Amino acid sequence: MKIHRALRMERCIGCHSCSLACARLVYKSMSWQTAGIRIRSTGGVSSGFQAILCLACDPAPCAAACPTGAMSQRKSGGGVTLKKSLCIQCGQCAAACPVDAINLDAAGNPAVCLHCGQCTAYCPHDCLELVEADTPAAPCLESCHVE
Amino acid sequence: MSNEANDLFRVLVYDLERGRGELAILPGRRQCLGGSGLAALLYEKYGLPTAPAFDPRQPLIFAIGPATGYFPLMSKTVCGFKSPYNENYAESHAGGRSALALRFAGYDALVVVGKAPRLSTLVVGSRRIERIDVHYLAGADVFTTGKLLRKIAEGASGHRSILRIGPAGENGSGYACINVDTYRHFGRLGAGAVMGSKNLKGIVIQGDGDLPLPADKGYAKLFKDIHEKVTSSGMMEKYHNLGTPANVLPLNELKSLPWRNLAATSDSEADKISGEAFAEKLLMHNAACAGCPVGCIHVGMVREMFSSSHRFAIHQVAYDHEPNFAAGPMLGVVDPVEVLAINDMADRQGLDIISAGVALAWAVEATQKGVISEKDTEVKLTFGDAAALKRAMWLIGHKANDFYALLGQGAMVAAAHYGGADYACVLGQEMAGYATGETYFASQTVAFRHSHLDTGAYSYDQKHKEQDVAKVVDFLVKDERERVLLTCLVACLFAREVYKPEVIASVLGCLGHEELAGSFDAAAENARRARWRLKIATGYDPRATRIPKRFTEVTTWKGPVDAVYMEALRAAYAEAVAELGAPPATDQAQPPAL
Repeated sequence: MKIHRALRMERCIGCHSCSLACARLVYKSMSWQTAGIRIRSTGGVSSGFQAILCLACDPAPCAAACPTGAMSQRKSGGGVTLKKSLCIQCGQCAAACPVDAINLDAAGNPAVCLHCGQCTAYCPHDCLELVEADTPAAPCLESCHVE
Repeated sequence: MSNEANDLFRVLVYDLERGRGELAILPGRRQCLGGSGLAALLYEKYGLPTAPAFDPRQPLIFAIGPATGYFPLMSKTVCGFKSPYNENYAESHAGGRSALALRFAGYDALVVVGKAPRLSTLVVGSRRIERIDVHYLAGADVFTTGKLLRKIAEGASGHRSILRIGPAGENGSGYACINVDTYRHFGRLGAGAVMGSKNLKGIVIQGDGDLPLPADKGYAKLFKDIHEKVTSSGMMEKYHNLGTPANVLPLNELKSLPWRNLAATSDSEADKISGEAFAEKLLMHNAACAGCPVGCIHVGMVREMFSSSHRFAIHQVAYDHEPNFAAGPMLGVVDPVEVLAINDMADRQGLDIISAGVALAWAVEATQKGVISEKDTEVKLTFGDAAALKRAMWLIGHKANDFYALLGQGAMVAAAHYGGADYACVLGQEMAGYATGETYFASQTVAFRHSHLDTGAYSYDQKHKEQDVAKVVDFLVKDERERVLLTCLVACLFAREVYKPEVIASVLGCLGHEELAGSFDAAAENARRARWRLKIATGYDPRATRIPKRFTEVTTWKGPVDAVYMEALRAAYAEAVAELGAPPATDQAQPPAL
């Protein structure tokens, strides 16, 4: 089982190719935000970019907050799964996420990173990576790593 | 999507005076594609060709293309407006997040008309249209305005585009630009002043909507194929490596780089301001327009010590060949840090740096020749004196006195008052950074945007020595048509090697525009002619254009400019343009009017 990490965001140029790919390929949407990964600047584009995506908490507050079991902890580790048929669009999952990783579309449907890695192929600078879920991985790499 | 629906544009027309928007669903996709063609269609509908540029009823138009957001590098927006610089219909193009934000807000175009009762910001999203009073931002520079607008118009952070003007736009400079997302601009012909005349300090476009994917099953694969071509083939290398400043050394070598108000075309100090020098010494990071994986935006760092106890101010300044030329060799400045600092000051004022730099270069030579004095300029203007030139940028932006008020309308306007028109480097507007020869000088003078990107004339000069008027004009006319196709789509012009006709046909077909996929050349030609008709209807006479004397004194790799040949080129290209802009004939062989 793998989880998705935005490990090299210092390289990000803000092209949004990852979130557009997720919207297109995973959520079948043409959108900047109905996606499991979203890119934002941290106060204007001159301040650099931040990836907003699921950090694979375990236990996951979003799953704990879900009143219907639509959002549940992935048994094999690494994020959560969403059963759309069980979702009542209450928004509790998004409210519970500590890093705002769950986006609600106009109808209240949650979009969250499924750790599928479809977006990583579209990143031109290898900012994104799938890593083994059973190996602890901090949500960064380059900035705190010394050879 | 039905065929009929496929022909429609969804346009928000906002009246600043009334504070009301109107959603217009307009036909015309098959006639004009989008982008440049759509802007022309909207100016035909909402514009007043014979009224002044600052008439509040004049529209300020932002239009995107059919593939915006759906495919890579379809990342630009076309701004259509009546130019206060020359009172002609004009276009300017910019990227940033503007194009995708407009797409995800759910519009093909935004048209702003009227004048707000007080300085305002317009906020447009998929579920929001609002005019906000920002009178307290009067006089604020571009960057302060951006920072405050992020708070004033909250929402859609990361998924919005912030367009704003600085003092130059508020003060009506003929070359005030609209800053887009800090690093991009609707530049040159005064779109920023049109915004200022409408009491409009900013426009925030929130791309917060969801749209359906194209139904075509081949969409994901076609996207992937184009994305791979863009990122893996190496064809974009020159744009994301050194970027356009890679041109400096080759241009200087070819005696085609303007120095000190075009007193020379090469100089031994070019290596100091080469693309390599910028990359090695100042390049901080790259950025991209949304929807483009190339990342051609080069951001350099200016570190200024403002206190002797080692206190520093940091400025991040985007650079390219054109801004570097205008703040660098054209002004005799060869320290890259100073080039960026001058550029930064112009940017803060909301001035187009190319126009401002070239206008200032005229002012320096006019000072040398005693045509203007320090009483006019307030600072002693000298080639290479970056501190004085930086101060002068502030003075232009703030319309500090009568001299700067005139210079803010262009070098030729100032020269008409003080004298010195022979050495005003104006080719329709202040020249761009290519002194490549007769083809380029004639082309920029006559061409639609008076931009080096209207045609590939700058490149033609570098490859051809022979003199053949008919052949050159044929090249210019054909090349413009291909570029207009891309500006209708609206693709980044850096992508012109990717979006070849067969790819464009696939893209349009995949998006459900099957009919257009087989007729986009005719639609682009139609759009091109509509643009020319509008420019002529607003007073442009291509035959009346003139090339100042300074351009006849230039020496390039081909030798001294041949003034007689250049004039023949100008006249012949002007004839071709007059023909392109003639009213459509009733003959069915002619493209239909928009």
